[in-house]
Amino acid sequence: MLRIEHAYWLIAAFLLYSGWRNLRDGHRWHAAFWIVLGLLFGAGDFILAQSAAGHALPAQIAGIGVIALACLAPRLRRQAHPENRTAEQRLQSAIALGHRLFGPALLIPLVTLLVALFGGYLVIGHFALFAKSQMTLTGLALACVIALLAAARVARTPVLEGVAEGRRLLDAIGWAALLPLLLAALGQVFTRSGVGAAIAEIATDFLPTGNATAALAVFALGMVLFTVIMGNAFAAFPVMMAGIGLPLLIHQHGAHPAILGAMGMLCGYCGTLLTPMAADFNLVPAALLELRNPYGVIKAQAWSAVWIFASTFTMMWLLVFR
Amino acid sequence: MNYWPLLGVAVIVVGFALRFNAVPVVVVAALVSGLLSGLSVPDLLALLGNSFVSQRMLLLFVLTLPAIGLLERAGLREHAQRWMARLQNLTLARLLVGYLLLRQLLATMGLTGVAGAAQTVRPLLAPMGEAAAQKILPRLDQGDREELRAVAAATDNIGRFFGEDVFIALGAVLLIQGFYTQHGIELSPLAIALWALPTAVAAFIIQSVRIWLYQRRLQRRAASIERDA
Repeated sequence: MLRIEHAYWLIAAFLLYSGWRNLRDGHRWHAAFWIVLGLLFGAGDFILAQSAAGHALPAQIAGIGVIALACLAPRLRRQAHPENRTAEQRLQSAIALGHRLFGPALLIPLVTLLVALFGGYLVIGHFALFAKSQMTLTGLALACVIALLAAARVARTPVLEGVAEGRRLLDAIGWAALLPLLLAALGQVFTRSGVGAAIAEIATDFLPTGNATAALAVFALGMVLFTVIMGNAFAAFPVMMAGIGLPLLIHQHGAHPAILGAMGMLCGYCGTLLTPMAADFNLVPAALLELRNPYGVIKAQAWSAVWIFASTFTMMWLLVFR
Repeated sequence: MNYWPLLGVAVIVVGFALRFNAVPVVVVAALVSGLLSGLSVPDLLALLGNSFVSQRMLLLFVLTLPAIGLLERAGLREHAQRWMARLQNLTLARLLVGYLLLRQLLATMGLTGVAGAAQTVRPLLAPMGEAAAQKILPRLDQGDREELRAVAAATDNIGRFFGEDVFIALGAVLLIQGFYTQHGIELSPLAIALWALPTAVAAFIIQSVRIWLYQRRLQRRAASIERDA
């Protein structure tokens, strides 16, 4: 059965390969960074299983590993390796191969789609081909492997050449690849340390909430602000709901719960478009697309976020107190 | 109430504002908040380690890199650009709005992992967009290209965000329903998801208009260059 853990092992193997190649090229800091990360990925299941069984030591060592990554990250210079083919060579290859190049690229979304839609039905006897949890992401990992094999066939190059190219791109992205994981972990630490509860208390103590419209504005802007700080609307939602939404808007002012919940969450999504804390949507794409400004994607979507927020808030205000 | 853990937020704000390397900033913020909330060092290390490894799916995009890297080496981007240049009727705005619609519809069905910055924007949408922009303004400089790629990534994000909320079996709707159930209010997922539709439509219109304005800005620049020449 294919599980998401297999994808993690694959990532671990790729990271360790990248570390090894960097070691051979004499980039010690890059090598150390990818190897530590690769070990964390490879050992992840063991760490979680041991924690669940009450043994904290592996998780503590992982915590030290995370701190080691933080010490290594500033030493990684974003050195793009020189492309090993000239633009002229790539153009010649593009002309020779034509539309065949699209095939493997489209296989990534296509195979993911097929697994997401039909993966659950692929059962041979009592043996299910895909595990139920995280099936789409497992499908994405499988799609990447299939696409790599197809790409190697189309381009008539060995598969290992592709892994080497992948490592080149990974080095170009550098430490930005790590941010989504770190920020998600930070969100959990914030929740455990009571940061959310403290902010909600300050918000309810100091802001005007007697008037229904004012309370709604505090709720909506609070969703945006809190999402900007935490990088995730899901972290902001329970805090703002428990602080303002439920006691004031629903119980006191009679707001419609479904509308308040759905549109309040969407206000938070507008915050996600604005914050570097949502690194997987905002900073990683900037690195992937080789933008010089790491905040380039945020800049491009900021006004969209403002207008979407304004329209959502207006609709919510018109509908929620019916 | 212990307000000291809020200093972790201050570390983030100051660190990002001064443009320090984000990785240590985030880790220091986590350590500051955790320690000030009274967690012991061993507990804090375990919390950090556990939270980190339980979020491993967020690095899944690196698995796309070998296939994409190999195809780019074989000329994928060059081919996407050449093909785009031949399609006369496919303007930049039509390309991006079409992608936005597709991305939003897929997300509405819960298929958010199908597209994304690594899967579709870098190998396909960005080079096609650059070629489409070149049809308007033949001499794009580096800054123009980067802005175009940023617009493509923004379009991808907006399509995903304001589609996925309409899907009933995905995180957001279930989180809202779960919260209300905990507090004694019973709602069906469909009743919640339905109220995400107005914003989904608004987001589509707003982003489409902004794409169109962006295209018009390029066209105006092209016209003024022509006048000067």
